[in-house]
Parts: sequence; structure tokens; C-alpha cells
Amino acid sequence: MQGDDQDLRTQDLPQVLVIKPPPLLTLFEDKFMSSKFQLLKAWESTLPLDQFLTTYAGSVRAVLCSGASPITLDIIRLLPSLQLVVTASAGTNHIDLNECRRLGIAVANTAGVFSDDGADAAVGLLIDVLRKISAADRFVRHGLWPSKGDYPLGSKLGGKRVGIVGLGDIGLAVAKRLEAFGCTILYNSRKQKPYVPYPFYTNVHELAADSDALIICCALTAETRHMINREVMLALGKQGIIINIARGAIIDEKEMVECLVKGEIGGAGLDVFENEPNVPKELCELDNVVLSPHRVVFTAEGFIAACELVVGNLEAFFSDKPLLSLVIDE
Amino acid sequence: MATDEDGALPIVLVHRPANFHFPFKDRLETQFRLLDPFDSDPPESTHSFFSRHAASVRVLLCVDPEPISGDLISLLPNLHLIVCSSAGVDHVDLQECRRRSIAVTSAGKAFSPDVADLAVGLLIDVLRRVSAGDRYVRARLWARNGEYQLGSKLGGKRVGIVGLGSIGTEIAKRLESFGCAISYNSRKKKPYVHFPWHKNVYDLAINSDILVVCCALTEETHHMINKDVMTALGKEGVIINVGRGDLIDEKELVQLLVIGELGGAGLDVFENEPDVPEELFGLNNVVLSPHCAVATPECFDALEELITANLKAYFSSNPLQSLVEFE
Repeated sequence: MQGDDQDLRTQDLPQVLVIKPPPLLTLFEDKFMSSKFQLLKAWESTLPLDQFLTTYAGSVRAVLCSGASPITLDIIRLLPSLQLVVTASAGTNHIDLNECRRLGIAVANTAGVFSDDGADAAVGLLIDVLRKISAADRFVRHGLWPSKGDYPLGSKLGGKRVGIVGLGDIGLAVAKRLEAFGCTILYNSRKQKPYVPYPFYTNVHELAADSDALIICCALTAETRHMINREVMLALGKQGIIINIARGAIIDEKEMVECLVKGEIGGAGLDVFENEPNVPKELCELDNVVLSPHRVVFTAEGFIAACELVVGNLEAFFSDKPLLSLVIDE
Repeated sequence: MATDEDGALPIVLVHRPANFHFPFKDRLETQFRLLDPFDSDPPESTHSFFSRHAASVRVLLCVDPEPISGDLISLLPNLHLIVCSSAGVDHVDLQECRRRSIAVTSAGKAFSPDVADLAVGLLIDVLRRVSAGDRYVRARLWARNGEYQLGSKLGGKRVGIVGLGSIGTEIAKRLESFGCAISYNSRKKKPYVHFPWHKNVYDLAINSDILVVCCALTEETHHMINKDVMTALGKEGVIINVGRGDLIDEKELVQLLVIGELGGAGLDVFENEPDVPEELFGLNNVVLSPHCAVATPECFDALEELITANLKAYFSSNPLQSLVEFE
């Protein structure tokens, strides 16, 4: 660790490569980072990335990334001294984990930090879709209440069967909340979880068939890409609701839009999309859909906690201590 | 029109808003003889209809929000029971009922879970900008202007529940699962409740980040949430109202929201529905709901069951459910 010298030379600070700034860096760099690390900011250079890395990043041991700046095989190959990838996200689908594993490069994320916030958001979206909160708010703001009278009925939460896709930290936090609303919880994940009281389904199609709503809380991997496809959505049914706070690509978005437009599923609450920030325009015209700009799962408090965890991981690494949130592939 | 009273079906007088045909009227008519002023032909005023049928009326079905005044009640000397269709009974002259020993039943707890669900939904929406974010996306601003504002965490927030009745209890149960710290104000401290009690709503506001208003509207609670209380709640404070519009001094509320002296509000009820102050339409920290807290089909099924059961119970001298207690 560095001393408290006023004249710290930045060359003495450990170097951390940043290819493109994660959102939390923009918000918290001054507060958390500048005094502890020398950030090698690739995006500020006019050089093409591969040249920049070859010229400046030869001795870089740690890189800070996020979903916006993937750590691909090609990038890893240009960083011969790389030993740590820290991502400012829970998701790791933007990192070539196989290559990291092969080369003994550790990966740390911010898992756990957003679990409660993510669960709050998922439940908020579900209540909104079922009880039409945003649609009714639009109705009132457009001055329609006096002229058109009562807004159409929503649907009760209690008694609904909610299928959670991916029962990790976020999924468990969702389940705990929805139980307080009187929902029945079912789930699907790669493996059945011991000591969990909810019925387990081996595949998401069967889960959908027995559910009134699906809440997507799992990681995006090769297996889960487009896992929520047309068959799953038809199994969910015309009254069925999908809530997605995970990754857009877990759902076949084109099929989902068609199912929603044709009324083959009942509604959706979506914080993530396949091609952010682009959202299919058909969705923007539907009243049974609630759309969030990949934001509702985040809070200012959560970002600060994520920042502290990112810094904590980097500090641990540079002082040869165990990482705080090492990603271990199951 | 025949006025016989010896028909097999017991008589129930109906008092409802003019253009509102309540959904289960047909089913009730299979078990009771419903006398409805708006069905009379030629048309007859409520006053005249009530007077004409007064002798045979012991039960009145009052469909909210149509108010039933002391004057109307005084036209019915044999009235023993008023069956209401809402949880709130502020539209009934309860003093007159108490004076005449007329029992009053409400919707009781039938609606409480659904009201609680909406209250929590409104709170998450305000704190996490769900509807505002949805507007942002629909206006195609995400691609154009980039990241939207961050919202605020629920867990750890201090929630003050104003009125810990059936609805307040359901709200508390839900918000505990989100990690909120619950305290409450009500007329009397509730035994066996572990949440901290504050003897007045001002103290509750000082100690809270969020106020959830879900108590009954009475003379005492009218405009209970006034400027002092809202100022005590603070600039970051959030108010959720699923009770009655008149519980809050709406003019002050709007003013404080507009000048940024209150953090946000989620409102299902207003002082002068369906009119909503237009200043609220331009605010992104406010969520507006057209009195929907009980608007699910299951609520109406539960209500029909309760009303039918109470009418049958009365006519067979069995105990009534959801009796309103007079203070």
C-alpha cells in the first residue's frame, strides 16, 4: 500500500488498465480511485486499441472493466502480464472466462452488491405490470380520468405462481419478497438448491407451463442465450407475465415482441434488452409493458457499495491478499 | 308499481351512484328483492322513493362512493343495517347510525392485501423512478440522451405507517421483507405489535424517510398530513397515500412538491377525484393512480361474497362480519 506522502508520484501507484470507463468510474473516480491507483485510460488515447495495449500495457497486471468493455481473447493476448480482471458488474458474460481460467487470471465481480436492489426492482416491475401502475399514471397525466372514468382492472398478486429463472442471490431475494405478497414460488436453475423449500423444475419450459409469471434472474451464458424462446412463452400463456432484470439476450426478443403484440403473453417488465439502448418500437406502444433503461436495478447506494468492492478487490490484489469477490465457476 | 312485501325474497334498498350498475346486482336479485330508485318507472327522486318504501326497509345496501346522509337515513324509520361496499365508511353519517343503533358493515379486510400491494408498488415506483424511466424510454430518450437518473434504495429506509389497521399491517409485512424499518402512528398503541409507536403523526414524520397513509378519514384525521408534518418528513421524504385524499392538505402537498421541499409522492386518492392538480402532471418524482387500489377482479369477487353473506346473515339473525365499530 502507498504511504501518505503529499508528493506521491503516480508511477508509484499500481497500474490498472481501463479500456472503456464503467459507469461507476464516471461517477466515483475522484472519490475512490485517483489516490490509490494509476488508471491507464485506453479510451483517451488516439491510438487504436491493439497498438495502445502493445505500447503501454505490457506490464499491466490488473484491468477494470464492465459490460461496456468486454475482455475478449484478443485483448487478453495483448496483455502478457495480466493476472486480474475486475468487473464492475455481477455479470461476467463479457469476459472470456475460459481463457482466464486457462492462463490462471483471476476474475472478481460485484456479485451480492445489487442483490437486494435487483430484487426490489423485479418485484416493482411485477407489481407495475399486474396492477398497471405506469399505464394508469399515463392515463391520469393525459387528463383522461375525468372523461373516461375508471381505469381497467388490474390483477391480484396474491396466489400467483411465480417461476424464478435462476435462484442465485437475486432470485432468492425476489422469492423472499414475493412470499410476503402471498405468491407461490417455483424455480429453475442449473442444479437443484438444497435446503430451499420451493419446487424445482429441471427445465424452463415446464416451469413456464406451471407459472403465471417468470422472473429472469440468471446469468447470460452460452446455455441461457435465447433460453426464453417462443415455446417457453406459449407455455407461459396469454395471461403470463415476463420480468427480465438479467440480460436482454436470455430472451429471444424478436419472438417476445411478436408474442406481446399478438397477445400470446399477457405482459412484460423489462430492464434489459438485446441491443441497448435500442428498444423495439413496438414495445413503446404497448400498455401491458413496463420499460426501464437498464437502471431500475441500480441505486446510488448500490453503486457506492459496488465501488467500494471494486477498490477493495484491487487493493487486496496489489497487497497479495485474498480477493473479496472472486468469481468461481460452478 | 307493486309494493307487496309478502314476496319470498327479503327486501334490500339500494343506494348507488346514478350511472353505476354494480357488477353483481343480477346475482343478488336471485336472493333478495332489490329496491333501486334508479329502476323506478316513471323516474322518481331518491327522497320520494325512500319515503314510499320506508315501512318495509330494514336493510340498505350503500354502493360507494354515493354518500348516505343523516337526512336520507331519517326517511327510513325501520332501518337496522347499512351494508357498505368499501373499506372506508367516511361517506356514511355514522353519528346518526350510532344514535339510531343502526349497524354498519364495510368491506372490512377483503381489500387489504390488494391495497397493500398497490401501496408498495407506488413506493417502489417513486423511489426507483419506474414510471419516469418508462416515460424516458418511450420518448426514445435513452438512445439519444444516455443513462437515466439513479434511484434510491428501499432497504434500511424508515417507513412510518399512518394507521396500522388491516391495510397498514399488510403493508408492514411486505415492507419488512424489503428490509425497511417500520414504525407507526395510530389512535392507540397496539398491543402485541413490535413496531415502535409514535403518539402523533408529526413525531412519526420526524423519525421517518417515508410516510404511508392508510388510515380512515374522520373529523380528526381530515388534513392530518399538513405542512408541518410534510416539512418534518423532509426534502428527501416520500408520501404514499392509499387512504383518502382529504387525509392530506393537497394544496400544501402540491406546493411542497413543486418547490422541491418534498422528495416525492405516490397517490391513489385525491381531494376532488377525478380531478388531479395539474401541477403534478409535470413532475417526475410523483406517481398518480386513478383510485385503483381495489381494482382487481378478485377484490370484487371477495366483496360480492362478503355483501351476500352479510345480507343473508342479517335476514337469518346470524352474526355479521366486518361490523364498523363506533367510537
